[in-house]
Amino acid sequence: MAMTMTQKILAAAAGLEEVKAGQLIEANLDLVLGNDITSPVAIHEMEKFEKKGVFDKDKIALVLDHFVPNKDIKSAEHCKCVREFACKNNVSNFFDVGEMGIEHALLPEKGLVVAGDVVIGADSHTCTYGALGAFSTGVGSTDMAAGMATGKAWFKVPSAIKFVLKGKPSKWVSGKDVILHIIGMIGVDGALYKSMEFTGPGVANLSMDDRFTIANMAIEAGGKNGIFPVDDKTIAYMKGHATKEFKVYEADEDAEYDEVYTIDLSQLKPTVSFPHLPENTKTIDECEEISIDQVVIGSCTNGRIDDLRVAASILERFPVKKGVRCIVIPATQKIYLQAIEEGLVQTFIKAGAVVSTPTCGPCLGGYMGILAENERCVSTTNRNFVGRMGHVSSEVYLASPAVAAASAVTGKISGPEELGL
Amino acid sequence: MQAKGIVFKYGDNVDTDVIIPARYLNSSDPAELAKHCMEDIDKDFVNRVHKGDIIVADKNFGCGSSREHAPIAIKAAGVSCVIAETFARIFYRNAINIGLPIIECPEASKGIEDGDEVEIDFDSGIIYNRTKNTQFQGQAFPPFMQKIIAAEGLINCINQNND
Repeated sequence: MAMTMTQKILAAAAGLEEVKAGQLIEANLDLVLGNDITSPVAIHEMEKFEKKGVFDKDKIALVLDHFVPNKDIKSAEHCKCVREFACKNNVSNFFDVGEMGIEHALLPEKGLVVAGDVVIGADSHTCTYGALGAFSTGVGSTDMAAGMATGKAWFKVPSAIKFVLKGKPSKWVSGKDVILHIIGMIGVDGALYKSMEFTGPGVANLSMDDRFTIANMAIEAGGKNGIFPVDDKTIAYMKGHATKEFKVYEADEDAEYDEVYTIDLSQLKPTVSFPHLPENTKTIDECEEISIDQVVIGSCTNGRIDDLRVAASILERFPVKKGVRCIVIPATQKIYLQAIEEGLVQTFIKAGAVVSTPTCGPCLGGYMGILAENERCVSTTNRNFVGRMGHVSSEVYLASPAVAAASAVTGKISGPEELGL
Repeated sequence: MQAKGIVFKYGDNVDTDVIIPARYLNSSDPAELAKHCMEDIDKDFVNRVHKGDIIVADKNFGCGSSREHAPIAIKAAGVSCVIAETFARIFYRNAINIGLPIIECPEASKGIEDGDEVEIDFDSGIIYNRTKNTQFQGQAFPPFMQKIIAAEGLINCINQNND
């Protein structure tokens, strides 16, 4: 029976010849991930296990990234709990302040995920690693606990939606615009319980950083995972970062899909999601004049080096408008250092932006850029729900790094073309 | 197993940020989380909710983050069941895993209003609206999930399998 790419990976991980949509399976896990918010709950759950310890100290990744360096005493206690657990169980992939980065940028960079892997993470954006041709999905803390203890997880095999990408995106159109366009098209539950398989000749025109951004936001369409085929760019990325072996799976040509969409990347425009759902999209030319108070450039969605380069290419020519707070957050220490070496950090600071150490911080309204009543922010993050970045009456507009940087310059939602770029 | 209570009714896409805002995620204590349950969508919820009450919502309930704190907060606030047209998938897993009963039933979601008194029989999946004297057939859990719920959570279920 023909299978999708996701179904093939899951069949192999379950030790089965084939699987079909709807089937319940138990799969072996290549990596189990948690952060400083979700891991303490999982660690507490693990105490209930009769069997003690973790299944494989090398197949667990614990990343302190949401509220670190710690924002308050309670956060510090959570991190301490994770730190002690990692130490007690000799978890080899524990990333504390100084080594940490935002988990979904960090794990691929550290070579901890490769094509063909099955990964669960107690963080909804775990679906990011689909960019590498892996099956990865977000779960809660109890699933994480069970995964850490047994190395297994149960899954309902998903059906899939196929997105055939063709053409080449224009200069200021990025992976963020592609995924916002898709979410606007199918809605925040358009892929509920399903795989989103991205394929077609247009994939070759997307950088790895674009693909990470697209896979990252599969969850914003309700998707179980988002996944890309493995090509030369994927292989080059993995060879540059990972030492472990990867395995390439391809969807059968006659695999069944619930729906197939064809998207011409050359026709896309910079896209913005209006409050309070990622599906409320408008292209930049449809946006009315909306003044803003803050810009955030960062997160697991858009804190990678390509993102910072694009933002810096705008902010090196134009300063941040007085009255706008522009917060730039490189996603990992490596990206941060690279941004310093390439002069990007200097560009940001000279333009009037602030540059923070890696943290999820403002994306989820934790700290480092909380919004007051009625304030508006253009953000390269992934959610614009009510109260997501602060006060319940504040507003988050999701956009690409290019649109975010241009908006920081004009003080209203703007595309780079408005600046004559 | 049965539940009976007054309904709190909400619309589409109730996300985990409004169920339990991230500003409270520096705690994982259920009682502490319960104090802020639904705060950003319904400020009065915690003052009005009584043990056994029921949440009914439209589609995609629990969308957004993977925080298990969301079903934990709802359960600790005293809610006995959540009924929705559909659930976001991570919330669905998390609710089952911590033993918060949830039922997908589009008809019930449409036919129940805020303040109605509702009874649920989990074994049969029957949802009875006492206020309106109407009845709905909710989706029963597959045997696999029934086992997790009977064991009162995934961890206990795994422990039992190992015995």
